[in-house]
Amino acid sequence: MNEMTARLRRRPGRRPVRPTDAPCDGTRGRGSADAARRHSMVGMAVLLVGLAMGGLSSPGVAQSGTPRAADRVIRLATTTSTENSGLLAALLPVFEKQHGYGVRVVSVGTGAALRIGVNGDADLVLVHARAAEDRFVAEGHGVDRRDVMYNDFLIVGPRSDPAQVRGARDAAASLRAIAARGARFVSRGDESGTHQMELALWKSAGVSPKGAGYASAGRGMGEVLTMASELQGYTLTDRGTWAAMKSRLDLEVLVEGDPALANPYGIIAVNPARHPHVNAAGARALMDWLTSAEGQRRIAAFKVGGETLFFPQAKAR
Amino acid sequence: MDLIEPTREAIARLVALDAPLWQVIWTSIRVALLALLVAAPLAIGAGFVLATTRFPGRRVLIVLLQSLLAFPTVVVGLLLYLLLSRRGPLGAWELLFTPEAMVIGQAVIAFPIICAFALAAVQAADPRLFETARLLGARPLRAGLTTLREVRFALVAAVLSGFGRVISEVGCALMVGGNIAGLTRTIPTAIALETSKGAFTEGIALGIVLMIVALGINALLSLCQGHGGWMQGMRG
Repeated sequence: MNEMTARLRRRPGRRPVRPTDAPCDGTRGRGSADAARRHSMVGMAVLLVGLAMGGLSSPGVAQSGTPRAADRVIRLATTTSTENSGLLAALLPVFEKQHGYGVRVVSVGTGAALRIGVNGDADLVLVHARAAEDRFVAEGHGVDRRDVMYNDFLIVGPRSDPAQVRGARDAAASLRAIAARGARFVSRGDESGTHQMELALWKSAGVSPKGAGYASAGRGMGEVLTMASELQGYTLTDRGTWAAMKSRLDLEVLVEGDPALANPYGIIAVNPARHPHVNAAGARALMDWLTSAEGQRRIAAFKVGGETLFFPQAKAR
Repeated sequence: MDLIEPTREAIARLVALDAPLWQVIWTSIRVALLALLVAAPLAIGAGFVLATTRFPGRRVLIVLLQSLLAFPTVVVGLLLYLLLSRRGPLGAWELLFTPEAMVIGQAVIAFPIICAFALAAVQAADPRLFETARLLGARPLRAGLTTLREVRFALVAAVLSGFGRVISEVGCALMVGGNIAGLTRTIPTAIALETSKGAFTEGIALGIVLMIVALGINALLSLCQGHGGWMQGMRG
């Protein structure tokens, strides 16, 4: 970190800033009180300019300068579940310390994360929507997809359970029951991995989700869980976000354990052949570490409220 | 929902110089001030020119400027995102998801506000001021600066309005900054994140922090404002 800052500070082209262009004036002949006020005004303006300019050389901005391919900065686009659950906050500092990289995380839905990868605005993506991931690789946007971990999706809903799906094992049949009952269902509606899983389940249920009961929120998992709780509706959630938030929600797990609800996470490097500027070495280092024995052990050891949220799944390499 | 406890905790963390919290606050202040530093001189200059010169299309320009006040910040963010993305025309600048991108976005957001206010301020100033300064032998630029000095109360108010808009702005900051912890996370984007996690009380606490910060910056800037109205006697 310090090394990086120092190196970036040596970057050419940063001119020293002298706060001489502060508004000061040379009009003559006013009272001394006036002069004193003018003095303090100028002083204040110099202070403000100095404050803002000082910001330019502070580490936060300095390291953001121009991340070149050879940089020690890795840009990871990932889903909200890995970030909001606290998993990345538990894993990344260890990796950064061991390998001397800084990892910048942009957490959005899987669809948006993949699009960031398509545009070359990240070095690698950690997402969970297998079909979309395979398409991402097949279209040449990404290379070297690896399994990292998995958990599962759950159908959660109000304790009153108007569609009476509690304890069911068949997720698609449960959705069919919810639709048939016209019960409230809150959908992510944002092309996230969870949304894509939901659409796949509706498809295998043979129902197209429409009608007054179906609310497409277009928001993150946390917001949708909150909405479902407020509206006393059903929703599909990943186990990680659910575990992190359940104490604040008036909902409960109604359907779990269907093999169709498996939620595998994959990590994919953005194709350096298509985007030569990406930090391919950094992306590889992070992928190697996450799928290494140590990375996998740390994923398994990550718990929220005593509950394991992600299960390691990488194949030994 | 208990508000007092998280608020007290947030203030305790402020006082204890909690590093991540101050990082967020500092990013907010730094980005907003740099944006104002970029936008304010240009906007005030443009406002002055619009107020003091007559040219074809001036009315249209003013109407456009004033409607830009209602321009959604997310649209600024989206346009900037498309420009700065690797695949965008300015992709080679490598600015997406950096504080610099946020500075650009906030400068764009602040510009019409400051410009429209500056225009109104200069238009409200006594035109004889400029003429007298010219008669006394000041060059046009010097005379213009004199006019701006005389309306500085309104100009600082203009800058403060711009500051208020950018420090509380979330749409553009979230889009072009990416809400990266320790780098581009500002107070409003942190509030959005806490809210998305259902941590409403933490969000409220951050909101109170934002208000304290805004109060401090406003107090500081209003020192530049002077007392206002001290010109009245001279106008006679």
